[in-house]
Amino acid sequence: MRRQIPFGLVFIFGIFMVFQFFVPHEKSEWVYEFLLDWIIVIGIFALALGIWSLFKVSVEKIKQGKEGGNYSYITLVGLYMMMAFGFTQQTGDGWGLYFLWIMLCSACIVSLMRLRASTDSGKKRMWALASGGLLVAAVLVAIFDDAWAFFLYTPEGLENSMFEIFFDHIMMPILATMFSLLAFYIASAAYRAFRARNVLASLLLLAALLVMSRFNPFIPGAEYVANASNWLMNVPNLAAQRAIVIGIGLGIVGTALKIILGIERGYMGRG
Amino acid sequence: MEFTSFLWLTFGVFVTLCTMSFLYKDNPFYKFAEHLVVGVSAGYFVIILWHQGLVPKLFQRLEDGDWYFGYLNSSHWEYMIPAILGCLMWARFSKNYSWLSRWPMALYIGISAGLAIPLEMSNKVNKQLHAMMVEIDWANFFGHDGFNLLDVTSGFSQVLIMVGTISAIVYFFFSKEHTGVFGRVATFGIWILMIGFGASFGFTVMARISLFINRLQDTFDWGGVAFDSTNQHYSGMFPAIFWALILFMIGYVVYEIVTYLKQRSVTTQ
Repeated sequence: MRRQIPFGLVFIFGIFMVFQFFVPHEKSEWVYEFLLDWIIVIGIFALALGIWSLFKVSVEKIKQGKEGGNYSYITLVGLYMMMAFGFTQQTGDGWGLYFLWIMLCSACIVSLMRLRASTDSGKKRMWALASGGLLVAAVLVAIFDDAWAFFLYTPEGLENSMFEIFFDHIMMPILATMFSLLAFYIASAAYRAFRARNVLASLLLLAALLVMSRFNPFIPGAEYVANASNWLMNVPNLAAQRAIVIGIGLGIVGTALKIILGIERGYMGRG
Repeated sequence: MEFTSFLWLTFGVFVTLCTMSFLYKDNPFYKFAEHLVVGVSAGYFVIILWHQGLVPKLFQRLEDGDWYFGYLNSSHWEYMIPAILGCLMWARFSKNYSWLSRWPMALYIGISAGLAIPLEMSNKVNKQLHAMMVEIDWANFFGHDGFNLLDVTSGFSQVLIMVGTISAIVYFFFSKEHTGVFGRVATFGIWILMIGFGASFGFTVMARISLFINRLQDTFDWGGVAFDSTNQHYSGMFPAIFWALILFMIGYVVYEIVTYLKQRSVTTQ
């Protein structure tokens, strides 16, 4: 019962979605749109599991006294702040006690983490009191401060200047730098992989060098290199990518069929 | 630029340098930036999914109903079903009822798998095959303006794309031994694949390097803002913040060198 009903659901909905694709009727399209909305909503609800999991893993790291466990505070305070900015916006010109509220809530998150990480009952009581006190103070500030408000069902929070600042000056610089650092690691991997030991490695090396030299105006015959690189990207590379995409497509179809027919059951877990 | 904006710009440069410091070794500054971006990114996506997913797809559709009727009097009451199924996902928190979370999971996977079959066949397989089956331009087989093999629209390039794709697919076909003519076609396929991998690799490296240059440009621009006396909000605090960050960085480098020298003297003793 616990496994058969889910398998039945996968089979029924899977087969239904395959066949509705070939039915060009407005009701079929309505059902298609409707079920698409369903999976989006279910997927977003699952996000709460991820957030809880992040909280649990962070607390465990502190509890076990692992090296670098204290950085978990930064993760959770960052998470909380971004969420708080996304759900709030100022209602007038000033911010009032908004930043005090942010600080109180951040401190509350930290004390909640300490509470869950503590094993000593005396310390647990102390952190419970601290969390409760900070929570009450934060709620009072939220109730009595009119300079800002919560916007849960309208997107005002997306225009909160602090939300934009965190995106522009924290998230984007770090992510862009992390991706850019890969250039150095790729270069060191390339040194090992690209040594022209045989014809295949030489082809790889030549193709990579040509594409990397494409925008270099200082090399001799720059125009010819640019043309060759352009041809390489649009002809042999296109052929290779096309073959890979066709392979991926067929692979996805095969895996989807295995799931619908109940041959692949790994997603169901144990129990 | 106002001073607070400059402070945030400085923080952006600080976290950039923190992240770049990983090139030397894993260190507390890198860990700080790494943990910060995990939390902030997670928060960002929660907000985006909430405002651009849950609100229009669920809350706005149920808003004409009443909560005390469980929104069953709403004109879109059927959207309560995915909401309930979504809540069932949280049954994972319970040891005894975690099996309930399989129902929404099964629905999600069933719908996604069913959708994937026609869509992937149409978008990935059929469209790629269709794009490959073009009429060969025999009149301009070796290029449009005289002999030019690097002409991407020439008949030669069209034939090469077709033959290359078929050969690369043949290479991935393992149900027949790669010997004889089949083996030669597969060998040509692996050549095409290696050229493709090389080109993709070169393209990726160039993209990463352009990102790196962009980060360096941002850092130099920050230095320019710190000493831009034409800025109407300019004050002595701008260069002070600049030098504070530079001194901080130098201090950390000196600390690392001293630690390294101390460790080396201990190991030699």
